[in-house]
Amino acid sequence: MKLREVAELLNAEVVCGHTKLEREVQAVFASDLMSDVLTIDSEKLLLLTGLVNIQTIRTSEMSDIKNIVLVRNKKASPEMIALAEENRIVIMQCSYSMYRTCGILYQSGLNPVY
Amino acid sequence: MRFEYQIEAGNFTNAGDASSGFKKILKQLNVDPQIIKRIVVSMYEGEVNIVAHSNGGKAICDVDTSRVLIQLVDIGPGIPDIEKAMQAGFSTASAKVREMGFGAGMGLQNIKNNSDILNIQSEVGVGTCVEIIVNLPQS
Repeated sequence: MKLREVAELLNAEVVCGHTKLEREVQAVFASDLMSDVLTIDSEKLLLLTGLVNIQTIRTSEMSDIKNIVLVRNKKASPEMIALAEENRIVIMQCSYSMYRTCGILYQSGLNPVY
Repeated sequence: MRFEYQIEAGNFTNAGDASSGFKKILKQLNVDPQIIKRIVVSMYEGEVNIVAHSNGGKAICDVDTSRVLIQLVDIGPGIPDIEKAMQAGFSTASAKVREMGFGAGMGLQNIKNNSDILNIQSEVGVGTCVEIIVNLPQS
């Protein structure tokens, strides 16, 4: 699924990486715990999280995660956006709960990591 | 080649700067991306541990043709029981550390899973040295 379709399904706002919405994602991992995210080894991954701080982006950089959706109406800070842009990471924001976001994406065919 | 990075205690804004800097160097050295990921995930876990638990420290990274060696050295309280610290789920992290998304007691185990060799030496009241080795494929 393309990121553009993810944004449409979630009624999400793209806050950085507008030129990268043709990028494909195949699997989703949902967590507010970066310790968990660091254990994931999966390509074309979309991270769903409600954790909003600079370490969300640092963790993604280290884990080669290029696509993030912030759920529960959380907003990315200017520092997060700057670091994401430096690492070619797309950030979207959506107002849905984690559960609802997972449900929509699962029903639309995106795979779990395990 | 040897690279050294200072790591400031308690500064979660800059936590990861060392690992990010070293990742850029590994990319320039054309190290395989899958191996880079194992190296920097290990280093980042160790870097966050220094920020979260110590009074400050440094990362010393040494690269040769056969392996990458990272020594994460800190001054601090040390680890009284390394075996216990290695157990999944064991954590002494503060509320502040947990707010940042860490402190679930998974870091040392994740370093072990991503490295070829992990050595931990610690002295209570003095500090800790975490040594990580990731082998590079021989062509």
